[in-house]
Amino acid sequence: MPIMAKEAKSKWNGFSLKKRKEMPDGLWTRCPACEHMLYKSAVEKNLNVCPECDYHFRIDALTRIGYLVDEGSFEETHDHLTSNDPLDFNFRGTTYRQRLKADENKSGSKEAMRIGKAFIKGRGVVLAVMEPNFLMGSMGYVVGEKLCLAVEKAIEEKLPLVAICSSGGARMHEGVVSLGQMAKTSAALAKFDKEGGFFISVMTDPTTGGVTASFAMLGDCLIAEPKALIGFAGPRTIAETIKVELPDGFQTAEFMLEHGFVDMIVHRKDLRSEIARLIDYCQK
Amino acid sequence: MAIAQDKNPEKIGDGDYLDFEQKVADFDRQMDELRRLSSIKGIDYSAEVRRLQQEQVAELKQIYSQLTAWQTVQVARHPKRPLLPDYLNLMVKDFRELHGDRCFGDDRAMVAGFGQIGREKVLIVGQNKGRGLKEKVACNFGCANPEGYRKALAKMKFAAKFGIPVVTLIDTPGAYPGIGAEERGQAQAIAVNLFEMSRLPVPVICICIGEGGSGGALGIGVGDRLAMLEFSYYSVISPEGCAGILWRDGSQAPEAAEALKLTSKDLLKLKLVDEAIAEPLGGAHRNIHDTVYNVEQYIIRTLAVLKRTKLETLLENRYAKLRAVGSEPTAVLRDKEHKTKIKTIEIKHVKPKSVPAKA
Ligand SMILES: [Zn+2]
Repeated sequence: MPIMAKEAKSKWNGFSLKKRKEMPDGLWTRCPACEHMLYKSAVEKNLNVCPECDYHFRIDALTRIGYLVDEGSFEETHDHLTSNDPLDFNFRGTTYRQRLKADENKSGSKEAMRIGKAFIKGRGVVLAVMEPNFLMGSMGYVVGEKLCLAVEKAIEEKLPLVAICSSGGARMHEGVVSLGQMAKTSAALAKFDKEGGFFISVMTDPTTGGVTASFAMLGDCLIAEPKALIGFAGPRTIAETIKVELPDGFQTAEFMLEHGFVDMIVHRKDLRSEIARLIDYCQK
Repeated sequence: MAIAQDKNPEKIGDGDYLDFEQKVADFDRQMDELRRLSSIKGIDYSAEVRRLQQEQVAELKQIYSQLTAWQTVQVARHPKRPLLPDYLNLMVKDFRELHGDRCFGDDRAMVAGFGQIGREKVLIVGQNKGRGLKEKVACNFGCANPEGYRKALAKMKFAAKFGIPVVTLIDTPGAYPGIGAEERGQAQAIAVNLFEMSRLPVPVICICIGEGGSGGALGIGVGDRLAMLEFSYYSVISPEGCAGILWRDGSQAPEAAEALKLTSKDLLKLKLVDEAIAEPLGGAHRNIHDTVYNVEQYIIRTLAVLKRTKLETLLENRYAKLRAVGSEPTAVLRDKEHKTKIKTIEIKHVKPKSVPAKA
């Protein structure tokens, strides 16, 4: 493992307010947590986890599905759903429609969530995976709708539901439509709960705002990826409101575990087997 | 159910005029001057005063019939706007407050208690922003912490056990963004409220009376009906916050308010709220009694309808309503055709090395 930066490893201090740089093109990448220069293909081989400090890089939905499910088993549905801009959102000449187009091109995804059926170590599941590169994984109508469709599929086929969350929260371009998706997904999960369905929610970096305050927190079992940012209000908002420096490690997965809001922190390489194990425990 | 629209508005204090009400303020000043003169000089100016009054009413009607979104936000945040305690005093008989979340504490930003509205026993839950600095601080300016949401839910379950309907009065800039709030699980508390309120086995009426700030409002805002006072607002993010994110400049809030479609008029059009409750001429703060009366009448009328509905049907309807949120403005998406279409996509599989799970 070649390491360029020789400076002392800086300790991970929770979420950094510094703007996260996107992975630059080329062979090298810098870990946003320990700031080591890393060989890109080595990071990729390591499931996009920093070999130096175990920082879990943000990954797109398809990469995530590739890590998680049995080869060739993912059958995606409803991939055509797109927002039709209910508010006709336009702020100083920046329209939501433009943003949707741009992010579709950027992420190769039509929305911030992909759903479908898959097998994880031979166990059938309904999978809902968020796409952090599409409008910051925010929840608008389509994300709410897809999550509900996934719940309904899971009820219909009596399968466990696994959601991989990664989201900046509600999508403000859809206003109250977006807010309503929090109630909608929670109501659908209440129904799933009544039907005896098993819901595993995996919170990855970052899971904040309206997604945390709805379906992400409503799993029977809550899993977090190491060092992921998880919270309600964004750290910037909190810092600006209370005008106090935030404590070390605030709003990390470890913080959530310590305060009793997740069941376990699971390394990316163990996620498949942990999910399979939980399904085996809870299978009726 | 417009009432009192033509009654002369009550005079408000000098500092209580909003930026866009300068003409209204001028009329008041002129009338005061005439009244002063007539008392000094004994001349009868009552005809002039009446004329000015009529002009003032016309001016207020004009202004309030075409408030911009940002002006609406200012009315909703008006310091003299009726707050939860006004409703409790004027509308609720025999109110008995219930304290505490049984876990951490008693959040003063969230009030819950039994009372009677019309002839119905209800549980009232709502945020209190507080009036005057001391009370505002005690109430945390209406920004509830997790214990507030947990208190609300605990009391709602209590009420549901005995078949008592729930009325929530929403008035909050948002759930509190603080260190303690995160430590105690603000997100989890709100999520659980949405989850449980969606299936609470009694009628639930939610009314936004002032500020409907995002998840903090929604945390007590899931039910069979959602109504808004005419000049309240309900939004996924504050206009300042939205402008800050999109434009890195909170002072662009007026434009953001417009873009967010947060007024009762817009939300009715989008079918995201069920009803807008009329406010007296010139906004709720100009006539607290009439405002509260209008809200009371809405509650009585709506409760009568909901109480006639069989519980099973009530819950089915509530679920259908929540499940359909947003499908009206985005109706084009709801085609069932694609449901069966399955696509297998090319994915690069990386086999993680790890311990196998027990089979
Ligand atoms: Zn690192």
